[in-house]
Amino acid sequence: MAHAAAAIPGTSHAEPFIRIDGLNRHFAGGAGVHDLSLDIPRGSFTTLLGPSGCGKSTTLRLLAGLETPDSGSIRIDGRDVTTLAPSERGLSMVFQSYALFPHLSVKDNIEFGLRVRRVPAGERRARLNEALDLTDLRGFEARKPAQLSGGQRQRVALARAVVAGHPLCLMDEPLSNLDAKLRHSVRQDIRRLQRRLGMTVIYVTHDQTEAMSMADTVVLMRDGRIEQAASPADIYANPTTEFAATFVGSPPIQMMPPLSGEQAPRVGIRAEDLHLVEPKKGLLTVSVTSTEFLGAETYIYVRATEGDDIIVRAPGRVEPAPGTSFDLDWQPEAAHRFDQKGNRLALHRKTLVPAE
Amino acid sequence: MKPRSQSLYAWMLLFPALVLLSTFAFYPSIATLWSSLFTRGSARRPAKFNELGNYADLFADPVTWKVIGNNLIYAGVTIPVSIAIALLMALWADSRMPAKSFVRTAYFTPTMLPMIAAANLWLFFYTPGIGLFDRIIGVFGFDSVNWLGQPETALWSIILVTIWKESGFFMIFYLAALQTIPPELKEAAIIEGTSRWTYLRRVVLPLLMPTTLFVLVNALINSVRLIDHLFILTKGGPDNATKLILYYIWELAFSYLDAPHAAAMTVLVLIALGIVATIQFRLIDKRAHYR
Repeated sequence: MAHAAAAIPGTSHAEPFIRIDGLNRHFAGGAGVHDLSLDIPRGSFTTLLGPSGCGKSTTLRLLAGLETPDSGSIRIDGRDVTTLAPSERGLSMVFQSYALFPHLSVKDNIEFGLRVRRVPAGERRARLNEALDLTDLRGFEARKPAQLSGGQRQRVALARAVVAGHPLCLMDEPLSNLDAKLRHSVRQDIRRLQRRLGMTVIYVTHDQTEAMSMADTVVLMRDGRIEQAASPADIYANPTTEFAATFVGSPPIQMMPPLSGEQAPRVGIRAEDLHLVEPKKGLLTVSVTSTEFLGAETYIYVRATEGDDIIVRAPGRVEPAPGTSFDLDWQPEAAHRFDQKGNRLALHRKTLVPAE
Repeated sequence: MKPRSQSLYAWMLLFPALVLLSTFAFYPSIATLWSSLFTRGSARRPAKFNELGNYADLFADPVTWKVIGNNLIYAGVTIPVSIAIALLMALWADSRMPAKSFVRTAYFTPTMLPMIAAANLWLFFYTPGIGLFDRIIGVFGFDSVNWLGQPETALWSIILVTIWKESGFFMIFYLAALQTIPPELKEAAIIEGTSRWTYLRRVVLPLLMPTTLFVLVNALINSVRLIDHLFILTKGGPDNATKLILYYIWELAFSYLDAPHAAAMTVLVLIALGIVATIQFRLIDKRAHYR
């Protein structure tokens, strides 16, 4: 079988938990997904990352069965579910808006699916209690969604997803309605919950920090196609395209102006790999335009004779005066080289070794 | 600002509303109550205080009971049926279908037509022999029916016109309410394996409850208020079969020139409507606070 799925580490089994094969769903105006193939191992946390309109949400809705593909197949746990109804696929879903029923209490919201499936009262109570404990919602059972804070509503949506006990949970930007501080802690909560329950989670987001910090595998999408699917460390260290390089990482990879003695048309370097050195001792002459102090580090904005501002990350607090001339220097292996179309040129792979 | 000038300021702001309400609401109500307590005056016998005599007369008159009975049947049928039809039409018009806006406009047409014009249309439908309904049942070999001319069918014919008129109006409210329900709720329900019927019963209908109560209040008031079509179609006949309360009051006041009895009947209606409105608003407060 000619299977062109994106390679994901850890997919050595005969058949992965989820196998998407040649999936197509076209919309008027060019959006949708095009010939998408992807394998997802059981128990993994996969994020679908990309700018809006890249097809990540469509992919999730196709998996959920809320959309029907034009062609291609979806297999979950060895079963072809391409034409099955959402409820027959054995999955739960957390919506961006949470989709809580406003007229039902927290308890009734969580139990909704169990009641629909006529789960006996005893088992229902046990599962409800477990879900309430997992999401730390005890004491809120009788409240209506309108009486809860954003974070609590989000937890109710999570509880509703885990109470069913399905092995697969789909999440569509579940944190985008929370404030930044809460988002950080809920990120940890979701990850813990996923590990504890051994669920397979597919998580859609446009926030690369979220994707990088949570996922086992980041699937970066663009224009309805997979740009790169790899572990966060790998996608950061070895972006296969210029798009992947600039989308992942904060600040994004810094694209250099044309360099003398460089064959590659496009060169990008991570801000932490750039150093400012004495004039004439580096590879590119630049002058400082501004600085941004962030506490543990400082972003120094510099500019060469042509091209945009380049960000250099410097530890601690440094304040070079605007207009000061420096040279920009970097290790040769830090350079990510791309051709005119944005595909990676250099074939050496970087390995990020976890710091001890 | 001193308290005194502040209260003057308040009175000035309230003044326009106070004048309007006094002229068109408070004074007429009190005048009605007042005149319902006096006999009808004439040149030879001036009006004199009659205590509750006018009310006693009304309760003793079988026509009053007939009219109240008519109105109860009228309200009891038109309200639930028009609300049910409105809901069905709204659910249908809210779903994906071709010519959606045309269907919505078509449903709303009866509401836009003046009741007098609509009644004239229906008069043609009901006309014995040459009317639309007689033509249709004639095709199937039935005899001609004088829909509006016999006591057995007259009230039901009026009820049909009212349902036709009201359903489209109520549908607009339901349609608006349905469009405020986020589509994710349906998707969340679908993923849980909810059938369409269960989704309707457990999610849509409860979320429409505030609308239903609002529509119910309107329908109830309309069941007393809407009598325009009686003037065209039946004038309350035959044999009082289609006489409704407001038409009866109009008749007492302007056909029999019996203002005191008309006033007494009006007071009774106001009391009844007041009680019903109070109960309904209590219900609304109780059932609709989750928004």
